[in-house]
Amino acid sequence: MNAIIELDHVHKVYHTGEVDVHAVRDVSMTIQRGEFVAIMGASGSGKSTMMNTLGCLDRPTQGRYLLDGIDVSQLDRDQLATIRNEKIGFVFQGFNLLSRTSALENVELPMMYVRKSVGRRDQRERAMHALEMVGLADRAGHHPNQLSGGQQQRVAIARALVNQPAMLLADEPTGNLDTQTSIEIMGVFQKLNDQGITIIMVTHELDIASYTKRNVIMRDGRIVSDLPVAKRSIATEELRKLREAHEAVQLVS
Amino acid sequence: MKIFAILRVAVRAMRRNKMRTILTMLGMIIGVGAVIATVSLGDGAKSQVEAQIASMGQNVIQVFAGSFTRGGVRSGWNNAGTLTVEDALAIEREIPDVTVISPEYRNGTLVAAGNQNWSTTIMGEGPDYLDIRQWPLEEGAMFTPMDVRAASKVAVVGKTVADQLFPDGNVIGHVIRIKNVPFVVVGELAPKGFSFMGSDQDDTVIVPYSSAMKRLFGATNIRGIMVQAKDEKSMAEVQDEITDLLRERHKIAPGHDDDFMLRTQDDIRQIADSASATMRILLAGVACVSLIVGGIGIMNIMLVSVTERTREIGIRMAVGAHGWDILLQFLTEAVALSLVGGFLGILLGAGSSKLFAYWKDWPALTSPFWVMGAFVFSALVGIFFGFYPAWKASKLDPIDALRYE
Repeated sequence: MNAIIELDHVHKVYHTGEVDVHAVRDVSMTIQRGEFVAIMGASGSGKSTMMNTLGCLDRPTQGRYLLDGIDVSQLDRDQLATIRNEKIGFVFQGFNLLSRTSALENVELPMMYVRKSVGRRDQRERAMHALEMVGLADRAGHHPNQLSGGQQQRVAIARALVNQPAMLLADEPTGNLDTQTSIEIMGVFQKLNDQGITIIMVTHELDIASYTKRNVIMRDGRIVSDLPVAKRSIATEELRKLREAHEAVQLVS
Repeated sequence: MKIFAILRVAVRAMRRNKMRTILTMLGMIIGVGAVIATVSLGDGAKSQVEAQIASMGQNVIQVFAGSFTRGGVRSGWNNAGTLTVEDALAIEREIPDVTVISPEYRNGTLVAAGNQNWSTTIMGEGPDYLDIRQWPLEEGAMFTPMDVRAASKVAVVGKTVADQLFPDGNVIGHVIRIKNVPFVVVGELAPKGFSFMGSDQDDTVIVPYSSAMKRLFGATNIRGIMVQAKDEKSMAEVQDEITDLLRERHKIAPGHDDDFMLRTQDDIRQIADSASATMRILLAGVACVSLIVGGIGIMNIMLVSVTERTREIGIRMAVGAHGWDILLQFLTEAVALSLVGGFLGILLGAGSSKLFAYWKDWPALTSPFWVMGAFVFSALVGIFFGFYPAWKASKLDPIDALRYE
């Protein structure tokens, strides 16, 4: 069994005031190791709730969730925190880096909460290695406000990778970025996925989803479509096309 | 290793908002500083009182003539008229643990030399008086047992009297007139300063008790006896023996009151101690109030800090921080604030009390006990007032915290 995620009739109900909001209804899904999945849907479709549940930030109200073979549906706050630390790397829309803290130290952050503590020098090395993987080794000493949006998101990806998690969980990772930078970030994800890292991404942009291998579409808390991507975009190709188009514009003018 | 990481984060958070950090610490700095300064000055004053009490001599028991009751009227102390030189000599002779005694007769009168005059206290004492009080001579010598037997007209003068009567210095061998009786000055006392009661101990003339009684005041009874016991252990026993001996000599029937009174330095020390204990309680109260105010300042700022850094807390939780990690981090920051504040307060308090001491010529003693106490108390204030904000931070929901703007 090589499944990283197994959702088995998962429900999530929020009790807000008098009305119960049924955010996720009876979702069952399996994601295998090495997949690159986009979960899509309009706002209110339940994709954010799915994200929080998959990310072990929240527990399902009903149903079973196996992450890397561990049933996380019944764990308490601190146990979930340990699971997040060991199995999941988060990439957020707003980057969520600590300000006034260098890129390197931001990347080291998850290691601060590793239960078997990591040696200081070991931490440095692993953080540097993660920065190298996203091509930012030369910016290790920079603070977030000295980095562009794309660079900040790369630092966030490095942070997500540093504890060698079972999967990366990206929540609208390109939401705050321009087209070219978005494609670059997708390029980073594709490269990582090619190295065997499982990536699950929540997005509402179709063209961004086309860089993944599998698209899951949600509506009203249910999965309405779950298909492999037929015409997959390749980031390096798209970037080349973009550059050519750019040059063409410059030639014309 | 982990504690260093937490400390690094705490220091960074404190440096991020230097002004705020300093203002927050100010509460602790002023509180601890005030406590250390007042305690230092208080301890200094106490040590001075201790020194003055000790300057009365080692293992000294003072016997005072007591009161008497006649026809229902009770006289005040020193009026019983029953204490005699023979009593004093009997104490020295019959109680083995008594080393020396000095019968005392004191009276105030006018003293003159040349064209100068000065009102002072004449102390009629025995030859061992200066030894009992450990009072050195500046010049000359104490009168002898022979002088006592002969009721010689010799005197030892205190510094104040010497200065008043002989402005030129040069006292020894000169004649002073006490109640118009000429006395030869044989010694000048080293200055002893003020007693803890505030009287000038140097404003005195010491003459043999026999001379004072016979030649000056025509007295038959002494006012008191100074008794020195062999050592501290024998003090209580000697007091009992003096009481028994004097009751027997004065033929006081069982059940009747003593016509004399005993007092030791311990009694005086107890009075001084109870006064300073009251001061201490007062100080401790002020200290508590100021530290509570300082602590509330820390709590306030920590609550602000937790709110400001909600998103940071969310990030930390998302990447795996347990509630305990967050609690520990904010608690560390609060304790760091209070400890650094406390440390600076100790410096401020010790420094300002030293400065005051230097200015006002008042001793200041900053005891390690209070420094340690202030430090520990600062830490406790940090833990106590930092706990609620830290606990609040640790209970945040990571999803809400991450979404916090």
